[in-house]
Amino acid sequence: MEIFSFLTLDSFIRDPLTHDFMRKALLMSSLVAAVCGFLSSYLTLKGWALMGDAVSHSVMPGVVVAYALGLPFSLGAFIFGVGSVALIGFIKQKSRVKEDTVIGLVFTGFFALGIVLVSKIKSNIDLHSILFGSPLGISLSDVKQTIFISLLVVILLSIFRKDLMLYCFDPRHAKTVGINVFFLHYLLLTCLSLAAVVGLQSVGIILVVAMLITPGATAYLLTDKFDNMTIISVLSAIISSLIGIYISFWFDLETGGSIVLAQTFIFLFAFLFAPRYGIFKLKKFFAGYK
Amino acid sequence: METINYQNFRIEAENICVDYNGKVALYDANLRLKPGQICGLVGMNGAGKTTFFNALTGFVNISKGKIRINGESVRSAQKDQTIAYVPQNEGIDSQFPISVWDVVMMGRYGSMNIFRCPRESDIQAVKDAIERVDLTDHFSTPIGNLSGGQRKRTFLARAIAQRASILLLDEPFSGVDIRTEKLISELFIQFKNEGKTILLSTHDMIHVREFCDLVLLINKTVVAYGETSEVFTPENITTTFGGISPDFLFGPES
Repeated sequence: MEIFSFLTLDSFIRDPLTHDFMRKALLMSSLVAAVCGFLSSYLTLKGWALMGDAVSHSVMPGVVVAYALGLPFSLGAFIFGVGSVALIGFIKQKSRVKEDTVIGLVFTGFFALGIVLVSKIKSNIDLHSILFGSPLGISLSDVKQTIFISLLVVILLSIFRKDLMLYCFDPRHAKTVGINVFFLHYLLLTCLSLAAVVGLQSVGIILVVAMLITPGATAYLLTDKFDNMTIISVLSAIISSLIGIYISFWFDLETGGSIVLAQTFIFLFAFLFAPRYGIFKLKKFFAGYK
Repeated sequence: METINYQNFRIEAENICVDYNGKVALYDANLRLKPGQICGLVGMNGAGKTTFFNALTGFVNISKGKIRINGESVRSAQKDQTIAYVPQNEGIDSQFPISVWDVVMMGRYGSMNIFRCPRESDIQAVKDAIERVDLTDHFSTPIGNLSGGQRKRTFLARAIAQRASILLLDEPFSGVDIRTEKLISELFIQFKNEGKTILLSTHDMIHVREFCDLVLLINKTVVAYGETSEVFTPENITTTFGGISPDFLFGPES
């Protein structure tokens, strides 16, 4: 820990910023975190954690095929992400197997296909960066794609913010008053696939589901207002990304893992100390002193 | 055969069937309700009560038959906000981070623009609706902090704010306090005078006798339908509940 002997907080924060790749990593990861955090409140409330896990793993073969064919990787990922959900729905409807089993079965199948494809297609695909993310080695074309997809998701979520909230809360009422529930369902799935695609650059396919559920879960413990939940979710996701990248820079740790661990710690903090819903109800604790 | 003037009926369901992936949930069900009528929907769990509601709101598609709402299709009833659905307390996520105001405002969504920006008229409608269900002290209370009765009133307010002419209520009296029960029964009288049509499902036989002009007994299909005084007989109820006597089923409560 000799690192602390010559480091001040100022240089702890500033030194990494002198590197071009670090500035880029911090900016891109914050953007990705914001997108995933935004979506996260909807997924947590809809109870789509497992669905998030499924979609994010299922995009693997899409990414590999797209790389091999020289197509934008987001396109391949998107097709396989939505395809996996369609397949889950189809198998569930046509067989007696329970839904969680079908989800687990389909996404591991897709994931395995991806791994096999990587080993067969000997190209410049870096399996490690797909599995674990590589925010420090992000290329210029990836930056453009990420910005484009992120903006698209943020715009879609912003426009349909209230409809999606209603869809998560009471789809039956939505349908009764003539709101297109079918459209909203697929809109949310589309955003999920796209967010998984941008998220995997930051933390990799294996951990991207954390980006999609942990910030929402943290925010859920801290507020009773939907708008606040979205804001807290986005902020906690961005802060975790920044903390994760700094920690990984100074201590030479895997970046994706550090980002997700930072999220987990923030969640644990909320779990223990959230004013109303934490284990130690701070609100009650302080109220006792009045 | 008499020619039916659809304009006379708010709800007109003719031989409707609903099946979920080949499993029949409801078959050959008929119902006709006029403005100002209150009809009780009575049946066992799994007898198709919720399915009936879902068919009327268009939440599930019917595989056979015809539904007319105010003489129009279900689709146009949705567009016109004609039907309001008041869910069972168990049917909603009470931990959802949303306030009374937000829930009631959802009643206005269907008639707002795509961004769901409330206009002055929407805000007024929400205020009035919350006042009518006596929740003015709870505008910004999260629904998780409400009692069962208050939550029920919140969803009633949503239906009022929606200005629907047909109200479908799933177990409106289950798990509510005396005050809420009294308020709901007062509202029913007001709705009736306003010419709204109400279809409510209930387990409580006393409520049927008290509020319902008509009763629809179902067990996958219509067992009996008509004026409560004529149709709501022990024999019919026994048939509806699969041969089990209603005294046995409802003895302790009623």
